[in-house]
Amino acid sequence: MPNYFLTEEQMMIRDLARQIAEEKVKPVRAELDEKEEFPWEIVRILAQADLFRVWVPEEYGGLGGGTLELCLATEELSRACAGVAVTYAGSALGGTPILLFGNEEQKRKYLPPLASGEKLAAFALTEPDAGSDAAAISTTAKKVDGGYVLNGTKQWITNGGEAEIYVVIAMTDKTKGARGASAFIVEKGWEGFGFGKKERKMGIRASATRELIFQDCFVPKENLLGREGMGFIVAMRTFDRTRPGIGAQSVGIAQGALDEALAYAHQRHQFGRPISSFQAIQHMLADMATQIEAARALVYYAARLIDSGEKDISKISAMAKLFASDVAMRVTTDAVQIFGGYGYMREYPVEKMMRDAKITQIYEGTNQIMRNIIAGELIKELASRR
Amino acid sequence: MDIVVCIKQVPETTEVKIDPQTKTLVREGIPGIVNPFDMYAIEEGLRLKERYGGKVKVLTMGPPQAEDALREALAMGADEAVLLSDKALAGSDTLATSYALSMAVRKLGYDLVICGKQAIDGDTAQVGPEMAEHLGVPFVAWVRKVEEVSDGKIKVQRLMDDGYEVLEMPLPALITVVKEINEPRLPSLRGKMRARKAQIPVWTVEDIGADPSRVGLEGSPTQVVRVFTPERRAGGEILQGEPEEVADKLVEKLEAMGVI
Repeated sequence: MPNYFLTEEQMMIRDLARQIAEEKVKPVRAELDEKEEFPWEIVRILAQADLFRVWVPEEYGGLGGGTLELCLATEELSRACAGVAVTYAGSALGGTPILLFGNEEQKRKYLPPLASGEKLAAFALTEPDAGSDAAAISTTAKKVDGGYVLNGTKQWITNGGEAEIYVVIAMTDKTKGARGASAFIVEKGWEGFGFGKKERKMGIRASATRELIFQDCFVPKENLLGREGMGFIVAMRTFDRTRPGIGAQSVGIAQGALDEALAYAHQRHQFGRPISSFQAIQHMLADMATQIEAARALVYYAARLIDSGEKDISKISAMAKLFASDVAMRVTTDAVQIFGGYGYMREYPVEKMMRDAKITQIYEGTNQIMRNIIAGELIKELASRR
Repeated sequence: MDIVVCIKQVPETTEVKIDPQTKTLVREGIPGIVNPFDMYAIEEGLRLKERYGGKVKVLTMGPPQAEDALREALAMGADEAVLLSDKALAGSDTLATSYALSMAVRKLGYDLVICGKQAIDGDTAQVGPEMAEHLGVPFVAWVRKVEEVSDGKIKVQRLMDDGYEVLEMPLPALITVVKEINEPRLPSLRGKMRARKAQIPVWTVEDIGADPSRVGLEGSPTQVVRVFTPERRAGGEILQGEPEEVADKLVEKLEAMGVI
């Protein structure tokens, strides 16, 4: 595998994440998937290894890395189990809006426990009737003396119920539409904040996906993130930074599937020869490897661009997520095909990878929304040249 | 509590090659790892430090590249590391090695010395106990649990074939540990970064005040006569039936073989 000019520290992050994935995640992934069990033990191992620190600035207990560092760790974990990886990356998704928009006090309070891995975070935007059309959210935040009162339901929240720190988008002024949303930091255990059903999913089943229910939940005014009305800016800027993470997750899933398919093709004999000697299989493997490398290059480039401080990142970030997740779906489907009947069986790891891959085309913005973003940016660029 | 953990870098292979001339281990071209049993020793040192405070110092004797093993221990959380390395130490047997290590341990200062039960290359299991003799302190080998350290004493469980014994001894002391004692932690990123930058002092025979005639080939009375893989024994025969019949058959066979 090319080393992509990674620094010594970045390689250290990648290698340690890989070691944990191999030694601690692989042996339990099938069981976690089967039982739909939240991987607390692995979360603790990741915390002890300092992996939750990689994206957090040093002054808040982090190691001062950025998007690329987070992507490297996410990719390696995804190679073994995407359910574990999304739990890890989901905490960074919840912490990113605090990093980007939090005031000094909020950052001092909430980032260090996320960096140490002592607490997990979650990001809550989606609602039953507001998915791709995020502006349709109906959770409200009514201004009261000293703060806000939240009412409504959030749906499909990664790390829901397990996380301690939630960034929640709610409408402070419905008449203003998208400009009437605001972001709040809400802690687990606060009165009026409860959890609904835990979803039973097709893939990433080790991860927790749950409803958040707000019933007259008081949030003090110091927990407003950014200013009133900035809720969607908070959400969009956050996704711009975290979408390459979904790309990295996709690359990891695809790489894991290729690793399995290659090893199997070499060992499986039919017609008296290993099936890897057949050109039909060889070409599939070649296409899988090529697509993965292209996806990885795009994801790392997007991550590096973000880390360089570039402001215009929506397009490249959406491209990385779109391309890599489509690659993950194709590659895992081909991996199952190479395994043949065995691939369809739950005793082998590739069917799980195919199930896990599907969500990468859906969450943090469906791939259809990604294309909208990319096309919108293209047209904007054209207009600005005229 | 000052804890010294003695570790060894061993070749990362299940097949140890022996130089037919010198009868010593062939190390060239094989990547080194920390002897797996020593990983348990490092982990136990770190856990005791977490329970009772103090410092974990890691010591190894070996060629310059053995420094990698020390960095691994530092990445896991050890406070200090020292490499005992000197051409004069080459060819040391377990007696000379344990003597040299004991001199370095004295210089480091210690309340407790922890070793793995044996190294997976030489497999002698002698260096730990011999060190205790050189140091003149009590030791327990095959420790599977440290129950507690209090009032200048350490209470441990020693693994036996049919269970375990609980033993107590005054500090300073030495223990060697078995794999049942713990599960070694993985290194952390901060630990790895710290380990990468750490300055590891290299001590010579002179630095530790050792008698040059007691180290290296000169100080090593052990002669390895032959190193070989024992031949696999042919499978036995199982006699079945009533005890009286079987006994008769057995006597018959032994007589036929001329054994009785």
